[in-house]
Amino acid sequence: MAIALRQPSVIPGFGITLGFTIFYLGLLIVIPIAGLLLYTLQMSWDDFWRAVSDRQVVASYKLSFGASLIAALINLVFGAIVAWVLVRYRFTGKRIVDALVDLPFAMPTAVAGIALVTLYASTGWVGQYLNVYGIRIAYTQIGVIVALTYIGLPFVVRTVQPVLEDLDKEAEEASAIMGANRFTTIRRVILPALLPALLTGFALAFARALGEYGSVIFISGNLPFRTEITPLLIVAKAEQFDYAGAAAIAAFLLLLLINGLQWWASRRYR
Amino acid sequence: MTTLNPALGSSSPAQTRPSAHAWHRATEEPAWLRRTLIGIALTFLTIFLVLPLTVVLYSAFEQGLRVWYEAIVEPDAAAAIRLTLLVVLVVVPVNLVFGVVAAWAIAKFEFRGKSLLITLIDLPFAISPVVVGLIFVILLGSQGWLGPWLASNEMRIIFAVPGIMLVIAFGTLPFVARELIPLMQQQGKEEEESSLTLGANGWQTFWRVTLPNIKWGLIYGVILCNARAMGEFGAVAVVSGRIRGETNTMPLHIEVLYNEYMFTAAFAVSSLLAALALVTIAVKSFVEWREERARTAQQN
Amino acid sequence: MSIEIENVNKRFGDFVAVDNVKLSLPNGELTALLGPSGSGKTTLLRIIAGLEQPDSGRIRFHGEDTTDVHVSHRGVGFVFQHYALFKHMSVFDNVAYGLTVKPRRFRPDKAEIKRRVMRLLELVQLDWTAHRLPSQLSGGQRQRIALARALAVEPRVLLLDEPFGALDAKVRTELRRWLRRLHDEIHVTSVFVTHDQEEALEVSDRVVVMNHGNVEQEGSPEDVYDHPANPFVYKFLGNVNLFRARVRDGQARIGDIALPVAEHHPQDGEGYAYVRPHEIEIVTDPSEAGLSATVELVSIVGPTVRLELRVENGEDLVHAEVPKGRWRELGLAQGAPLRVRPLASRVFLHGETLPSAGA
Repeated sequence: MAIALRQPSVIPGFGITLGFTIFYLGLLIVIPIAGLLLYTLQMSWDDFWRAVSDRQVVASYKLSFGASLIAALINLVFGAIVAWVLVRYRFTGKRIVDALVDLPFAMPTAVAGIALVTLYASTGWVGQYLNVYGIRIAYTQIGVIVALTYIGLPFVVRTVQPVLEDLDKEAEEASAIMGANRFTTIRRVILPALLPALLTGFALAFARALGEYGSVIFISGNLPFRTEITPLLIVAKAEQFDYAGAAAIAAFLLLLLINGLQWWASRRYR
Repeated sequence: MTTLNPALGSSSPAQTRPSAHAWHRATEEPAWLRRTLIGIALTFLTIFLVLPLTVVLYSAFEQGLRVWYEAIVEPDAAAAIRLTLLVVLVVVPVNLVFGVVAAWAIAKFEFRGKSLLITLIDLPFAISPVVVGLIFVILLGSQGWLGPWLASNEMRIIFAVPGIMLVIAFGTLPFVARELIPLMQQQGKEEEESSLTLGANGWQTFWRVTLPNIKWGLIYGVILCNARAMGEFGAVAVVSGRIRGETNTMPLHIEVLYNEYMFTAAFAVSSLLAALALVTIAVKSFVEWREERARTAQQN
Repeated sequence: MSIEIENVNKRFGDFVAVDNVKLSLPNGELTALLGPSGSGKTTLLRIIAGLEQPDSGRIRFHGEDTTDVHVSHRGVGFVFQHYALFKHMSVFDNVAYGLTVKPRRFRPDKAEIKRRVMRLLELVQLDWTAHRLPSQLSGGQRQRIALARALAVEPRVLLLDEPFGALDAKVRTELRRWLRRLHDEIHVTSVFVTHDQEEALEVSDRVVVMNHGNVEQEGSPEDVYDHPANPFVYKFLGNVNLFRARVRDGQARIGDIALPVAEHHPQDGEGYAYVRPHEIEIVTDPSEAGLSATVELVSIVGPTVRLELRVENGEDLVHAEVPKGRWRELGLAQGAPLRVRPLASRVFLHGETLPSAGA
């Protein structure tokens, strides 16, 4: 009784739908991922360690983590402002602006990649003005940050927006009635309510940036030790048929990301 | 006194706001701050969203419609477009069926291990596309575990079309399911139960009651799945082998063109995918607008 | 079509929703399942419908065992609390649904479906809404459409889950009178769930009071209201005052008042007398028998006056209701002294275990 697999229901189709779901997930997702992890486990510890601690690889971790972190922070700040503006203020074109926020989700990364490098190259629409001040973005680490900011942009906005919409305005009014000024109300009443959503959005943007490939490789220029991101090294090793090396780095990246995912999944659905 | 009781303090005459200030709600910021924040947000979005989109469309049509058209009908580009459409035609329906089936099991029943199942469905989001590609190369490539067996049976998956389909199916698996699960959970079971008490069987209930209720969420899920399938890059880059005219999808073809300095052609092909992205977000806005309207209609 | 419920049990994890319930609901009657939330009344209704499966026990419709008959074939009409109308279908299509999903051999032709749907819409007085969507109707109208839809398949029994729960007070009263009249017309065996005692008493032929998954009492509305079987039913069916009482020789003594004990009270002992607010008489003459009290609060609610009275040495306030005219005659003001006298009561002794429902 206590170990009943499911609560009985009159709605039909439980067995067949669950069966198909598990079958498809198992075949396409679980077995292949398990395969990768097993493959890495087959390697000797020395080989594994040599692959993941190679100097060029370590330099790529530094860049990938550092640039992803900075990009996620930029998105945290600006994403919060964008969400706030979209929920609280009225201005012309708001609907279109709101819809555009999803563009990085829908735009193929390769297209974003060549668009960004074209904009920020020293002759590009934006790059030429920055070049005057000696600031270079394309083919530098700043370029990597720009690309990662682009692809992580929707996350903070889209996690904060619904929370902000559901926020009880009466709490703010109560705060104002008790004499708090607007800044105090934002700091003491609104921000604490938004904090979980802000952190979730930040984590998602960070995780997405860490694995990103297509939008970065064009603008980064892929200079060894300077602008090579970790996913690029995985591709490079795979192309040289160094599957062991690639798998080691990939497994390393994967384990980091799955933790983040569990955290995320646990809050998304009820 | 004011320090002890700020509420009283602010109502004392000495602290009354000068009348020059416009009255504004307690839950609103002053106008200058509002304008500044709107300004910051719009500038940020212009730099990161509008400019890249504009540069794609501008560069694609910079040399006129004819050049754009020729870049698209050029044999390699046309082959890439055909291949991409073929892949999408296989992958999207499969993931559509999976999404509906998985959402039905998860939203309409209570069972153990449900949250694990949801985590597994979300998993492809958390995995870098290049890792997805690598996984399948290791499993099915010529040096991989199943490679020799596949080769002896004259089956080619990696560096061929089936491999491309596999990695794209992997990457776009969550989209339909994720769109439907929250929607179906929120709609509950009452309408289905109601249909059953009226004598309908399971299929009739699904086609006539459930499906019309999830129609728009489903359409958006499919469109998004389609856009991501057509645009998938990292994973395909690993498994395709980049054989021109054979295993180059549209994003790979764009990369090739760009690396060969054929910028206008690269942007011409890009403009098709950018247009698809715009359609996708337009459909999303429409679906959300409908939901919002349905919600307000329910409340009245 | 009578409904027999035989020893039905249902638990959700550790929670016992329905605890060995035995009931027999006669043919053609309108029965109310009345109880507080969590009393198991909705679960019992869903078990009758076939939406839930009982852990043990049988359900019979007119002797035929339907326990294992799937809800699609059981032939019940079910009206959900929030109506569960199909949002994307017009009112007409909603009502026609049950007919259009019948296997082709049994499905009436289009003209017949149309005729039957329109007749039902006329029955619920909403024929003019046929082409509207449910979202364009008011709550009360949606409720009536849900009822018409349930009736369209000519169910053997009609089940309604909190049918008036989501409506505002005025529509509620109108609709329940309407349901009563409708039932008098169609006479299908019906069961509805409610937590509102007034609703149960006004609408039904028969009331089943439930608590903690058990049937506390079963009977006609008058019977249940006038002769509650136990303290729970007493409290649940309206406000009640409790007085300490002593029973001896067939008489209950409350202070210096003696009341004949109703019904069977073989043993003597101490307990509480249950007295409804309108069963309390107020007199001003201090020489008459009664408990002395003062007026603490007066609230005039339409034609009646509700009083809170502080009884000397009493722990709780006594609630009394008198007609406005009587209150004027008394001419009392707040704080005035008076005497209260219970006119009728039912005494439950401490530790007395009561004969359960219907005994």
